[in-house]
Amino acid sequence: MSSQTVTAEATERARDILGVTRLTNQALSGWLHGLPGVDEVGADARAATLGTRSIKTTAKAWAIDTAISMIDLTTLEGADTAGKVRSLCTKARTPDPAHLDTPRVAAVCVYNDMVAVAREAVAGTGVNVAAVSTAFPSGRASIAVKLADTRDAVEAGADEIDMVIDRGAFLSGRYLHVFEEIAQVRQACRRDGDAPDAHLKVILETGELVTYDNVRRASWLAMLAGADFIKTSTGKVSPAATLPVTMIMLEAVRDWRALTGEMVGVKPAGGIRSSKDAIRHLVVVNEVAGEEWLTPQWFRFGASSLLNDLLLQRHKLATGAYSGPDYVTID
Amino acid sequence: MPTFEYAPAPESRSVVDLASSYGLFIDGEFRDSDGGSVFKSISPATEEVLAEVTEASAADVDRAVAAARRAYERTWSRLSGTDRGKYLFRIARILQERSREFAVLESLDNGKPIRESRDVDVPMAAAWFFYHAGWADKLEFASLGENPRPHGVVGQVIPWNFPLLMLAWKIAPALATGNTVVLKPAETTPLTALLFAEVCQQAELPPGVVNIVTGAGATGQAIVEHGGVDKVAFTGSTAVGKQIARSIAGTRTKATLELGGKAANIVFDDAPVDQAVEGIVNGIFFNQGHVCCAGSRLLVQESVAEEVEERLKRRLATLRVGDPLDKNTDVGAINSRAQLDRITELVEVGEAEGATRWSPECELPANGFWFRPTVFTGVSQTHRIAQEEIFGPVLSVLTFRTPQEAVAKANNTPYGLSAGIWTDKGSRILWMADQLRAGVVWANTFNKFDPTSPFGGYKESGYGREGGRHGLGAYVRTGADG
Amino acid sequence: MSRVDVRKTYKLFIGGKFPRSESGRSYEVFSAGRGRRFLANAAQGSRKDARDAVRAARAALPGWAGATAYNRGQVLYRVAEVMESRRTQFVAEVQAAEGVTAARAEATVSAAIDRWVWYAGWSDKYAQVLGGLNPVAGPYFDISAPEPTGVVAALAPQRSSLLGLVSVVAPIVVAGNTAVVLASEERPVPAITLAEALATSDVPGGVINLITGRTAEVAPWLASHLDVNAIDLTGAADAQDVSWGELEAAAAENLKRVLRPAGSDEQAVEPDFAPVPGLHRLEAFLETKTVWHPKGR
Repeated sequence: MSSQTVTAEATERARDILGVTRLTNQALSGWLHGLPGVDEVGADARAATLGTRSIKTTAKAWAIDTAISMIDLTTLEGADTAGKVRSLCTKARTPDPAHLDTPRVAAVCVYNDMVAVAREAVAGTGVNVAAVSTAFPSGRASIAVKLADTRDAVEAGADEIDMVIDRGAFLSGRYLHVFEEIAQVRQACRRDGDAPDAHLKVILETGELVTYDNVRRASWLAMLAGADFIKTSTGKVSPAATLPVTMIMLEAVRDWRALTGEMVGVKPAGGIRSSKDAIRHLVVVNEVAGEEWLTPQWFRFGASSLLNDLLLQRHKLATGAYSGPDYVTID
Repeated sequence: MPTFEYAPAPESRSVVDLASSYGLFIDGEFRDSDGGSVFKSISPATEEVLAEVTEASAADVDRAVAAARRAYERTWSRLSGTDRGKYLFRIARILQERSREFAVLESLDNGKPIRESRDVDVPMAAAWFFYHAGWADKLEFASLGENPRPHGVVGQVIPWNFPLLMLAWKIAPALATGNTVVLKPAETTPLTALLFAEVCQQAELPPGVVNIVTGAGATGQAIVEHGGVDKVAFTGSTAVGKQIARSIAGTRTKATLELGGKAANIVFDDAPVDQAVEGIVNGIFFNQGHVCCAGSRLLVQESVAEEVEERLKRRLATLRVGDPLDKNTDVGAINSRAQLDRITELVEVGEAEGATRWSPECELPANGFWFRPTVFTGVSQTHRIAQEEIFGPVLSVLTFRTPQEAVAKANNTPYGLSAGIWTDKGSRILWMADQLRAGVVWANTFNKFDPTSPFGGYKESGYGREGGRHGLGAYVRTGADG
Repeated sequence: MSRVDVRKTYKLFIGGKFPRSESGRSYEVFSAGRGRRFLANAAQGSRKDARDAVRAARAALPGWAGATAYNRGQVLYRVAEVMESRRTQFVAEVQAAEGVTAARAEATVSAAIDRWVWYAGWSDKYAQVLGGLNPVAGPYFDISAPEPTGVVAALAPQRSSLLGLVSVVAPIVVAGNTAVVLASEERPVPAITLAEALATSDVPGGVINLITGRTAEVAPWLASHLDVNAIDLTGAADAQDVSWGELEAAAAENLKRVLRPAGSDEQAVEPDFAPVPGLHRLEAFLETKTVWHPKGR
């Protein structure tokens, strides 16, 4: 399938959903602004109430293992080296060498130039390699550079591409521009022949979008353009993932499925460091989107330090005593 | 079997130390009744007997009123506002310190979910004392009129839906303004009031300033009709409220009445729909719908009615009904057999009248009093379920086409306690608020309460306000008042 | 043989921490009344300390002004609770600082604690007393409500070392302002102990900052500081080499709200802080905001 067709397909589908003959910025703008508003106070209150759910004993054990299996174990530093990435991959496949029943994480998430290293290190383990592309984290580069960046990662063997949207374009109302970029990056995720395409995660950088109305609109825009996943943040901007923001994105994927029949995944990233916080997110997944989303296929955590906290809680559940940081490995 | 099954997370009962029987709290001590009988307070979730409680006789009420009068004349009215305030601050702090104990006991005795007693009832009761403590020495700033001063002895009768919170709503302003109190908790929920009596002792509140007499309707009547009572404050049914209004007619006794409601929760087509759905759920299923200001009539704009109903039903499927002490319970037990019967009867009427009944699937415990969250669609104003207060987890859904029609339907009731409006358009909120004949109007929220914010009804929902400056006014005489 | 005391170092209170003066200076503080005795080497705060304190107060402002009134009330009440538990220390220090009898010092400390309680009670009430709905002639909802003015500098009273200090500081902070306070120059010890009470209550760091030192040296820097929104000149009365008129003139540069010292004409008099105050101190550091909104379908 030629890459041109994929973009055309996305546009055609969008026209169909919007019920317009031509996909213009005005059409997109009218559609996005026609989405129901989000009342900030009410949304925060709902998330806070869900946050009071008390997850104990068997439920907690299930939630901890599920959360571990949903982690995109991440290193995104200028100081990253092949050595650092390899050791991260070791941790990803065997999070807890003392407890081999611990599930592996879903993926490792690295910069583009580390994809080949990671690919080799996790070969045959079932752990995916995700790459942050499109001039991550700011996204301030030409589309040509962003597409080259993406193809580079795809060719190096990335299973998943985490792209950033152009927040400047979004905030200035150039929705069609954002749409087209996503559609084109998606087409750059294609592979020839039988090789599976890279999954596309679209990072909204909700900390820069600020309002919940914007988060809802950006979620719908990304799904319309063909996102497999919508992701909160790069982790480089504060605030990153918060419970209400994740909740609003989960409402979006829930409503998108009601509209189109398609499921889209959600990935909160950045700022989720404790087991408690991760479990709260799972509660929100369960009660807002529904239990179908409670698998690594449809929900991920972008995190690094979260994993060890989950392991400590896992020890506590198993032994009844609080564990300590000396009893989990650092990689 | 759900993918993510929440394991039971029961709050421990061990924090509560119940006696097997309780006397009456009169003049600072627990005392035996003079000729009264006893009754049992049970847990509505299990029907287990929690304690035996005294049904106060008329003679007991006499003693309590006399103790309150003595305390008023000899100590309380002579204290400075600063010192009265300090006692109230102490009470507020003790409620905070013993919050878990109160929350567990409230859930046991009332059947409400521990999440609500823990996060709403008890902290707000403490806040009520804290707020009014600050007024005690500032009454001259409250613009209540010239020379604000207490009435004397106040008789207070409160309902079973928010036992401790309603006690706080009543006692805090009465004490802050210098009155003394004889209070009767509801017969099905007396236990937190009796625990509150212990708080008064811990705070070293002078004896007789607060007297708690337990009992049923007759005891309540003895209080409100007592000649030694200068002011009556009642929260409960409109029927009893009317009786009280009649019984004090022609006397100089003042009254505040906070009665029933049949609130409209009005959802426009531009509402923030996810939050509106939460507001609808909170409006009618909070506290099992045992809320006088509950949003029991949902008025939804026809253009979005189907969508809202769909979203509402999906949301209701996630409600967790069951053990009030489980920290994940959203909807607890119906407070009493009698109330369950009343709800059941009205729901049957709704079906017979042709409205469509729907409830989510949920298992109910074998013992105790339970009712599934219930939604009636296709309801008209003419249906009894749109007119009568059900006081349970039962929502009637009606539709409207224009703002005028919404207002007309919302106001088409003898009640007028509260209303809700859901729209993203600010000017419409304020226009609607002007038109609605209700004492509290919530916009894009529902069932919000605060000690600083006056609460009370229009029309047959009662008169007088509780909370804020206005609530204070109900407990003082001013100028040339006798 | 009697034990040799461990003596305390008296420091400034800025941003919730207790630094020494950046200037490295201190000055001797003596008891008042008969038998003048050495009490402490108090830190002699400089203009740079004042600058740091303003910065801390500005940083603390959004959180404190944004806290609920209920929360601020709880925090102020907590200060009273913590002071009550240090009552003996306060009594001894007030007695030494002000040269009064033990009974008088007791009464002063009680009044200071009660003053916190009094203002704690105001936190969620002054808006109801000072604000309200305006019945404008048109289809508008129109409401006026008080808001904090911002960072307030205050010259604490020179004589009333504790009650006067509390009476000045509490009305500033209860409304959501943050404060930079110059303690009484000659009687700073109770102020430092108050800072310790504040640090161990629930007052967020930076909400109240306290500088000891020479009023005449530091006050002009606060009066002219463009990131200070208001100044309370109560403590100009009896302060050495301080002209409140000059301070007010300096404050005019950015139109600071000025609470003048009591007295008539240019004379400044320290008021009697014993009676229950009115609302004028609170009102001095509030802005009134009026909001209009149409009503229509």
